[in-house]
Amino acid sequence: MISSLTAENLACARGDKRLFDGLNFRVMAGQALAVEGANGAGKTSLLRVIAGFLAPVAGRLIVKAEGRENDDAEERGKVIGWLGHQDGLKPQLSVREQLDFFSNLYGHTADSTVLEQVGLARQADLPCRYLSAGQKRRLGLARLLASKRPLWLLDEPFAALDASGQQLVGQLMARHCGAGGLIIAATHEPLGLGNESLKL
Amino acid sequence: MRAFTTLLLRDIKLAARSGGGAALALSFFALVATLVPLGVGPDLRLLARMAGGVLWVAAVLAALLSLDRLFQGDFEDGSLDLIALSPLPLELTALAKIAAHWLSTGLPLALLSPLLALLFNLAPPATLILFVSLLIGTPAVSAVGAIGASLTLSLKRGGLILPLIILPLLAPVVIFGAGAVALSLDGLGAGNALGLLAAFAFAAMLLSPFAAAASVRLNLGG
Repeated sequence: MISSLTAENLACARGDKRLFDGLNFRVMAGQALAVEGANGAGKTSLLRVIAGFLAPVAGRLIVKAEGRENDDAEERGKVIGWLGHQDGLKPQLSVREQLDFFSNLYGHTADSTVLEQVGLARQADLPCRYLSAGQKRRLGLARLLASKRPLWLLDEPFAALDASGQQLVGQLMARHCGAGGLIIAATHEPLGLGNESLKL
Repeated sequence: MRAFTTLLLRDIKLAARSGGGAALALSFFALVATLVPLGVGPDLRLLARMAGGVLWVAAVLAALLSLDRLFQGDFEDGSLDLIALSPLPLELTALAKIAAHWLSTGLPLALLSPLLALLFNLAPPATLILFVSLLIGTPAVSAVGAIGASLTLSLKRGGLILPLIILPLLAPVVIFGAGAVALSLDGLGAGNALGLLAAFAFAAMLLSPFAAAASVRLNLGG
């Protein structure tokens, strides 16, 4: 289990444009951090730096787990659960096939209760091309739960969701933090977790 | 191993359900192989002489049809981010995708080739060599194609550039594959040509996952 994620003097650039510089923050186990900022401020880029997709131009990210510190991006990737802008779903596969695929890919046996938790149990055999945008987002949440990763990186987690969907995201995040997980979410809306926020 | 098999099976399933994999490639292969004898005329000796080269080029072009989607679909819908965060290294991800492409495209092309060889009046021993050469050589097409597909990943209309990148690299495959058929027609042993083809395919399968993974990594950051 991770005890903290720390960013030290983190800087990120896209081409010639410096998105952020000298960024410092720490997220402890059981905590959430909301990353806020205008469009193009670098929220998604920060998440991609944390995930290891994008190399920072300066600074480092340190994951502390079981008393040991590690700043290796590949190792960090192994503890990350990702909910990005795109849904990552294939229209040809059913909801259950989609979930089974990612569960197996992440080395777990598919947990059928996950679909119930996100309210998609009745759509389990429906091809994803028939899902609404909100249902696709819910399936993304199911996949996040099935990944069983302690550090969640969420990019606009409330996007495309109705009121009950947003409430569900809030509940899942609260439960994840309650179980000692960490959350970093790029969002325009309050997470409602009594969390810290980082303005870019 | 479980993650590798999971990705391999999913890609085969997607190719089968989307209809853009084997069905499209086989149709293209069959159409070219049917049109060439119609265009060349009824000179059976000339057709047999041309068979190896025409069927090999047609097979390579048919395999190209679905190569640009090797990583593109997963990149565009965000699946590649999730796959990259899985315990499966990107090199093995690339290898799984190459294997899936070969199983859904290269293998069916090789299996269809003896039937199409009839249209060229190809003798049975040469038909067997054609089949074996396609069986050995098409993995190289998928493997080399994976490098091109990963390089053009974030380009709009990258599928148009892909053939320009990989066709020159596939020249040895066509030369050895068609050469093996020609040697067989001349009553000479095709073993050396097949051996060189196998060596090229082996090297491509060994090296291309690393090149493709490096390119995918760059594109994920971009």
